[in-house]
Amino acid sequence: MADYQNLFTTVQVTGPTHHGVPLPPGNEERLGEPMIVHLLGRLGNAQIGPVYLGGLGLISLILGTLAFNIIGMNMLASVNWDPIQFVRQLFWLALEPPAPGNGLGLAPMNQGGWWQIAGLFLTASMLFWWARVYRRARQLGMGTHVAWAFAAAIWLFLVVGLIRPVLMGSWGESVPFGIFPHLDWTAAFSLRYGNLFYNPFHALSIAFLYGSALLFAMHGATILAVGRYGGEREIEQIVDRGTASERAALFWRWTMGFNATMESIHRWAWWFAVLCPLVGGIGILLTGTVVDNWYLWAVKHGVAPPYPPVFDPVIDPATLQGAKP
Amino acid sequence: MKIKTLYFASLIGLMSLLVGCERFPMDSVQHGYRGTGMVQVYNPRILATQDALNTAPAELPAASTDGPKSKALYKNVQVLGDLSGGEFIRLMTAMTAWVSPQEGCIYCHNPANFAEDSKYTKIVARKMIQMTWQINSEYKNHVAETGVTCYTCHRGNPVPAQVWFTLPDQNKGADFIGDLAGQNTPGKLVNLSSLPTDPLTPYLLEDKPIRVNGTTALPTGNRQSTKQAEWTYGLMTHMSNSLGVNCTYCHNSRSFSSWENSPPQRVTAYYGIRMARDLNNAYMLPLTETFPDNRKGAKGDVAKISCATCHQGAYKPLYGYSMLKSHPELAATR
Repeated sequence: MADYQNLFTTVQVTGPTHHGVPLPPGNEERLGEPMIVHLLGRLGNAQIGPVYLGGLGLISLILGTLAFNIIGMNMLASVNWDPIQFVRQLFWLALEPPAPGNGLGLAPMNQGGWWQIAGLFLTASMLFWWARVYRRARQLGMGTHVAWAFAAAIWLFLVVGLIRPVLMGSWGESVPFGIFPHLDWTAAFSLRYGNLFYNPFHALSIAFLYGSALLFAMHGATILAVGRYGGEREIEQIVDRGTASERAALFWRWTMGFNATMESIHRWAWWFAVLCPLVGGIGILLTGTVVDNWYLWAVKHGVAPPYPPVFDPVIDPATLQGAKP
Repeated sequence: MKIKTLYFASLIGLMSLLVGCERFPMDSVQHGYRGTGMVQVYNPRILATQDALNTAPAELPAASTDGPKSKALYKNVQVLGDLSGGEFIRLMTAMTAWVSPQEGCIYCHNPANFAEDSKYTKIVARKMIQMTWQINSEYKNHVAETGVTCYTCHRGNPVPAQVWFTLPDQNKGADFIGDLAGQNTPGKLVNLSSLPTDPLTPYLLEDKPIRVNGTTALPTGNRQSTKQAEWTYGLMTHMSNSLGVNCTYCHNSRSFSSWENSPPQRVTAYYGIRMARDLNNAYMLPLTETFPDNRKGAKGDVAKISCATCHQGAYKPLYGYSMLKSHPELAATR
């Protein structure tokens, strides 16, 4: 006899698939005949589709696909169109921004021009997708919290790829499109600007990142723990609250004195998640434009404490007379 | 049952992704003030294999410094003429063991006439002796009294195992699409990272500026770019890899650019960069025409010196053992 479990549910109740509520005037039809996929039902809802595409979705997908293909084609061309090397070196390959000497002008196609085009398409694609998320929420009578959370991520993307390079006067300050290359860029960025760990906005961003993970774990664990009382069944709880949410709340009150509520826990989660890229973007924006060396900035403002010397003091050899460059 | 088999297979599959990693445990050694991440991490299994590679060969018994000079005994002795006959033969014997143990004397000498310069290897060897003098006398700020001998780089190989060539330019076809920008492919010189693939040409051959950090908290005109930092990062990765050490062997973890908090090793490394650059320009480049094509790189350039050429993965070549002590004739021009 199969039993009910609230994680990776083994029993799936299936009925006739539904196309969803009718949409307000001015909307297109949702696309696709819904279908049931048992395996997906083990991770989430078993029904796939229908999907609302709409004009914003269509243009966003087209621009995003163009950017994706420009990046991919550049990677493929950089290994001489060899599909085996493309797969082997995929994590290393990248589409680089123009050289710093190019400033903010249009770069030659193969010296950053492709990067500029891909960046333009990708940025436009994301902005259209943002508008789509906003409009879908409005059409379904929801608040626009998802759109504004997405906007926080787009803010960081725009700071790194558009706003900061413009303020610095060079597209070369921006990040390459590539797996390892963008990570190397991140490390080089910190090295160039005197250790990003002394950037207080970077510190805040990390606090919100780890805080988000902690909150997510606490919330997920709490709801799973009261799953035996139907704690995760939000629809049922509207009709019959049961004792699940009270137990969940009292658990935290009696463990650490304070507890969130069923509503406020989601505000906590939303703000932690949103503030992570929001303050991170501020930290990146200040780097190079307002602060050139974060370590020296931290020393100047008493953030970086002095440590007792361990080594005999050394002098920069380049400052000695007769030093070679 | 089937599910369990599936889970087990997935677990094995996931673990197989780890085969490229080094096995634990590692040894970590504190190298600076506590709590600041100033730590060197060593893999004891890699160190064990390196130990044998960094053992100096047996030394020949010292030769008498008396008797007639070698320039009086032999013809065409251009650089070692002031050695006694005994010292001269001892050094020649040692060089054969250090550089061409398989090929023997005839790797450099014409067996019919040892004095003539018909083999390019002999011309190179002469230049290399001069280079050894230069290193041991002018670069004590890098090699100290330990000094170097031919063995430091050669280790029984006619061509040192870790020389480098300027990498060939990317074949860009019509230069329309697919520019790698000199990076973004697993580079051997940068520990297979996607950093700039050839960070040695700009810094160990040319003298492009290595420093990228500003010296003031707020911007005061430092125009070094993040991209430039990637090139410096590439050179530093090469150095770290060549010496088998972390960044914090030379740098303070809090500020890589601050000299006042740096371990003293950073000063030694500073002179090492200048030494490699000087040797490449003063000794290797002039030999370009001497070497046959099969000894040259893809761009027809001569083999060059990097940190790895001598260090070969050790923080000090031969872990600081001085072979120079028993070969004083290599210490300075004579």
